[in-house]
Amino acid sequence: MSNRRGMSPKVPMGASKPKDFKKTLRRLLGYLRPQRKKLITVAVMALMGTLFNVVSPKLLGEATSSIFDSFLKGTSVDFALLGKLLIWLIALYALSAAFTFLQQYLMAGVSQRTIAAMRKEVNEKLARLPLRFFDKHPYGDLLSRAVNDIDNINNSLQQALMQIITSIITIIGIIVMMLFISPLLTLVVCVTIPLSVIVIRFVAAKSQKYFISQQATLGQVNGHIEEIYGGHQIVKAYGYEDKALDTFDEMNERLYQTNWKAQFMSGLMMPMMMFIGNIGYVLVSIAGGILVLNGNIRIGDVQAFIQYSQQFNQPMMQAASIANMIQAALASAERVFAVLDEPEEPQEQRTLVDPKELHGSVSFQHVSFGYDSENPIIRDLNLEVKEGQTIAIVGPTGAGKTTMINLLMRFYEINGGRLKLGGADFNDMSREQVRSRFAMVIQDTWLFNGTIRDNIAYGKEGATEEEVVEAARRAYADDFIRTLPNGYDTVLTEEASNISQGQRQLLTIARAIISDPLILILDEATSSVDTRTEMNIQKAMKEIMEGRTSFVIAHRLSTIKDADLILVMNQGEIIEQGTHLELLRQKGFYADLHNSQFSQGQDEAVI
Amino acid sequence: MIALFKHLKPYTRFILIILVSMLAGILLELYLPTLMASIVDIGIVDNDMGHILQTGGWMVVCSLLAGALTVIVTYFTSRVSVGFGRDLRRKLFIHVEGLSLQEFDRFGTASLITRTTNDIKQIQDVVNMMFGMMIRAPIMLIGGIILAVSRDAMLSLIFLASLPVLACLIFLIMRTAIPLFRSLQNKTDRLNLLLRESLTGLRVIRAFNRTDYEKKRFDQANEDYRDIGIKVNRMIAVLFPVMMIVMNFTNVAIVWFGGIRVNEGVMQVGNMIAFLQYAMMILMSLIMLSVAFIMIPRAQASATRINEVIQLHSQIKEPAQPESGKAVQGLLEFKDVTFRYAGAERAAVESVSFVARPGETTAIIGSTGSGKTTLLQLIPRFYDVERGSIEVDGVNIRDMSQKELRAKLGYVPQKAALFRGTIADNIRFGNGDIPQEQLEAALATAQAAQFVSAKEGGINAEVSQAGGNLSGGQKQRLSIARALARKPEIYLFDDSFSALDYKTDAKLRAALRQETGQATVIIVAQRVSTVIDADQIIVLDEGKVAGIGKHDELLKGNRIYQEIVASQQTEGASA
Repeated sequence: MSNRRGMSPKVPMGASKPKDFKKTLRRLLGYLRPQRKKLITVAVMALMGTLFNVVSPKLLGEATSSIFDSFLKGTSVDFALLGKLLIWLIALYALSAAFTFLQQYLMAGVSQRTIAAMRKEVNEKLARLPLRFFDKHPYGDLLSRAVNDIDNINNSLQQALMQIITSIITIIGIIVMMLFISPLLTLVVCVTIPLSVIVIRFVAAKSQKYFISQQATLGQVNGHIEEIYGGHQIVKAYGYEDKALDTFDEMNERLYQTNWKAQFMSGLMMPMMMFIGNIGYVLVSIAGGILVLNGNIRIGDVQAFIQYSQQFNQPMMQAASIANMIQAALASAERVFAVLDEPEEPQEQRTLVDPKELHGSVSFQHVSFGYDSENPIIRDLNLEVKEGQTIAIVGPTGAGKTTMINLLMRFYEINGGRLKLGGADFNDMSREQVRSRFAMVIQDTWLFNGTIRDNIAYGKEGATEEEVVEAARRAYADDFIRTLPNGYDTVLTEEASNISQGQRQLLTIARAIISDPLILILDEATSSVDTRTEMNIQKAMKEIMEGRTSFVIAHRLSTIKDADLILVMNQGEIIEQGTHLELLRQKGFYADLHNSQFSQGQDEAVI
Repeated sequence: MIALFKHLKPYTRFILIILVSMLAGILLELYLPTLMASIVDIGIVDNDMGHILQTGGWMVVCSLLAGALTVIVTYFTSRVSVGFGRDLRRKLFIHVEGLSLQEFDRFGTASLITRTTNDIKQIQDVVNMMFGMMIRAPIMLIGGIILAVSRDAMLSLIFLASLPVLACLIFLIMRTAIPLFRSLQNKTDRLNLLLRESLTGLRVIRAFNRTDYEKKRFDQANEDYRDIGIKVNRMIAVLFPVMMIVMNFTNVAIVWFGGIRVNEGVMQVGNMIAFLQYAMMILMSLIMLSVAFIMIPRAQASATRINEVIQLHSQIKEPAQPESGKAVQGLLEFKDVTFRYAGAERAAVESVSFVARPGETTAIIGSTGSGKTTLLQLIPRFYDVERGSIEVDGVNIRDMSQKELRAKLGYVPQKAALFRGTIADNIRFGNGDIPQEQLEAALATAQAAQFVSAKEGGINAEVSQAGGNLSGGQKQRLSIARALARKPEIYLFDDSFSALDYKTDAKLRAALRQETGQATVIIVAQRVSTVIDADQIIVLDEGKVAGIGKHDELLKGNRIYQEIVASQQTEGASA
């Protein structure tokens, strides 16, 4: 039955092929190096276990022969000989089982440890990759590499590696034993081998074809389900149910067609191999019978042959699925290695500059930057920000306001010029040193799966309970936290549906407050937040900006008007800079933006 | 899981064919060792070459037939199991589509998707395997025992020892392994969660220099997973050798006691060899069964999840005799409406009454959790009210067919939902007879004409799944155009302008004012500036109406409205 599992449709049957087979294989095997002593032990165990397994049918045959001989001669059975043979057999079986157990027991550790090491390596690699990388790779894809692909490798390491050893030894061992007993009968059994090979190849090729198209159709059906369920309200509101069902039916039917064919084709392997096995069995019975008649071999040898020919099929079928498994594993390994090979952020040394000593001035000197080097979007930017000043960044959606965050947080490195914090060049400090003096509150209110307390304390390593509560209080979050049934111990679920978006934002502000930054980066956007929470957020933001140098992605006119400097961005570039009045006088983009807001509502609060 | 098997009913005939073919095939296979015994006991012992060849011929015929029958079984098994999966998936899809939002909320969209995709796949695999192993194994087991007993009843007593031992061992191992499997699943989930978090929270983690902390959390989870994984695999490592030992020791016993029986002259050697084969078949089928049983708990979990959905019926019922609207087109009236979410203590909407008239704009304002969106979603009957009634065109919406009701509405949700297809498909959405001009006018009003025409193919440009190839603002504009294109009697805008930039927002609202002319417009808003020109503003506070009136009236006499305005006016005042 292990064959059946090996052929199960869950293994992507060579759906994707590795590009460079040898290189990837060598590299994958490299992961096994630290475990090589164990692996050699495992291989020896496998060898022994299989060998004993291969010898036993012959012994059992001897026993049968001895009974048969005495039967033919009419003498009584030689129980002394029989007993001796059987005791040998029991010993062999016990040894074989012990070795098989040890081998699998050890292998479980080997593969799990190898995979855990690889997973750890990928995770650490992700932490060292620059943000540039993540902007280009959707995280769904990365997740699938880190989870599905590594799982794939795990499965094949566990099964394929063992099966390769046991299959090869079994096949060779059986052939040797059979030749030893009767070359003629071996020839008879071998007649079925080409038959098996043809069947395996035929079935594998056919079913693989159907499996590939099945996977594709399955993807479509799942995509459709996702989309229709995701837009449930709209589907209902617009009476789209019937059309959605039509599309579903059409896809579902196509899935049925490819799916049953794939199932049938792969399911054929068992009966066909069984049939070939039976043919071998019949041939051995007939030929064996004739040979026994002629006195060439003994009856027990025929019995042994029957067992051998039955044992023979299994490794043959395994070989077919192993090839597919290895191919799938290598394709997965290639995808994992591709991530591991991405260029990392350069590692820097921490320098003598003590970030705690710095004051909160920031200066941009002839800074140029572009997401790709051909298209600079910031050219020769000069900016002097003194401690405690507020810089407002304005512009329409998609104007590239996050670029500024990216540069200040050193998520991206500038292409030219200098960026200084408190007079010290960014490049003279490590990224950690720079970031330790910044805090940001952005629209994306990321909180992790943990308690509210832990989420606030995230901003400062080793924060005390008092500090957490104090930060929450200053962020106007303490009140709502206390109304929750578990207060600070409330666990935020993955989608954090147990608290509102606005409350999440308050928590991110508390997290920023506790980190006590020198410089603050704020995004004022608070869409879909109610007025009262909004008021709290505003108050909390004021609180945290107090006395700190702040860069604010501004949406409120008051912030903009009070700002010491406004940076106006459009289409990724800084197009104007100055104070509110200066910019209005310029009658440029900013003035336009400003006026369009005030043409209709006298007290339009939001820009 | 049994409850789901009733969906196998349409396949009764196929299943009968499977059972009959399988039975016949197994009988033929079981017959082979008997024939072989005859070769030994008659052919060899009596030196009868003819008998050997003749019996051999029969064996070939038997295996051919058995092979053919198994192919038939495989064929029908694939058709039945995959067909079953298809039917169940369809049933679930239709069922979920019929659920109201109330039930939808209970499970969550993601969970419903997994249930319709993965869980169905699990069940389908089990059905496939059921025919392959779970039916086959018992037949094989019983057939093998019958034939073994008929060969030599005394020798069969050996099975009385080995079968219970094997069964016990399998049971013991499974009992330890299954909780481990479950725990392994939990560890997998944890690992995935951490990984997903570290990717989605990338910027925050780096901003706070918490990379090391995340690394530690991950390593911990990774090690937990590894340790459980090793335990699980070690349990499985026990299973196989144990089964082998029992099987092989049974063989040894058969040869020993068989030798005694042969010596006593009550058994022939050929029969003993055949007996060995039967023993093999019996024990193998037991092992097959145990493997099948590993899969059952997993499928059971899936079946439970599917059943949970199927057993849930939409609370929203179609009226027996639907009425059509009689009063003015577009008249909407809330009469003392109260609604609470399932299991909620506090009503989300409480005793709300108001009238919205054609040609007028009714704005709803209030803080989050004040029930604005809920109130809006009661109108298309996404939820049914608990008390009171909602009337559209003078008819209680519960007495109107859902189709007719919804055809009168143009609903634009907070989060725009688009679908795979062209832009035109998305605007026409379920309403194929909207003429081209109307389509283009809707796009123009929604301020979408420009970006649509800039796309390759214009309105025939492809939208990818869930609108993945469009920006948030673009999606929102198309979602507005979709409502405009059907020229509804009542527009429902649920904070629908949030993803637009200021200029576009302003232009769009000006255009809308003209376009919606005689229609009734309901706007849910966060900001005073959006509602300032409305013909009536409904102020909601904790689900109750705190005041209805025009901006100026409310500003004078409504405390809550004053508060809201004040919070936004501080900004305006400094302007």
